[in-house]
Amino acid sequence: MRRAIFETLARHPSSVGELAEQLPISRPAVSQHLKALKDGGLVVAHAEGTRRIYRLNPQGVAALRSWLDGVWEHALADFHKFAEQTVADERAGTHHSTEHEEQP
Amino acid sequence: MTTPIPAIEGKTTVNISRDRAFELFTGHFGAWWPRQYHIGGAEVADVILEPQEGGRWFERGVDGSECDWGRVLSWEPPERVVFTWQIGGDWQFDPDPAHASEIEVRFHADGPEQTTVEVEHRHFERLVGGEGVYGAIEHGGGGWVALLAAYAQMVENQ
Repeated sequence: MRRAIFETLARHPSSVGELAEQLPISRPAVSQHLKALKDGGLVVAHAEGTRRIYRLNPQGVAALRSWLDGVWEHALADFHKFAEQTVADERAGTHHSTEHEEQP
Repeated sequence: MTTPIPAIEGKTTVNISRDRAFELFTGHFGAWWPRQYHIGGAEVADVILEPQEGGRWFERGVDGSECDWGRVLSWEPPERVVFTWQIGGDWQFDPDPAHASEIEVRFHADGPEQTTVEVEHRHFERLVGGEGVYGAIEHGGGGWVALLAAYAQMVENQ
């Protein structure tokens, strides 16, 4: 649902009420999700008259960066696993296509 | 507004030779890159980094479609490779090198059978001249929204 809110805001900035009308959840539930998205730096709010309008954070690239931070952490961990597993498999002797004991 | 955005740095140490580490990292990208991180419409079948300067870095979908991620700037086996991540605000590959973020991967031989792989992903501010991305997001432009939505998913899972 948080993702649905995010995607709705990506289409157009909205108030809590507008979001609640478009989504099958209550206003308090919308507010709760918005708080999490705000805390995560993904959305920002500003006042328009008496309403608060939420929109995606224009510094979204900062969010993108934090996302990529996690991507690289994950990717390097997976590379580590892959590399060590590949070499372990080779050492287990599934096939010996290369000469060993070449060193004098 | 282009405010410098700090580079991402990461590293991992593997118990294999530097030659082998370089070969596995660059030559088998699709074998280790986490599949959920991609931008194409189709599920990822493979991720390919072409082994030469000017080579492409791209994903190939299960439907055969290809989606560029960047270009190889520097190919120096087994020490170093630099490639770009250049997806524009319209979520298309942006061929302008001025709009490219860079990924440098360095391979340090700690010993004959131990290698530290260091990754630095930098120049995010080049990638996005804020306005363009913001505009793309505002107009519901695909990929940025998809990527940020994936990030939102991560937030949701916290």
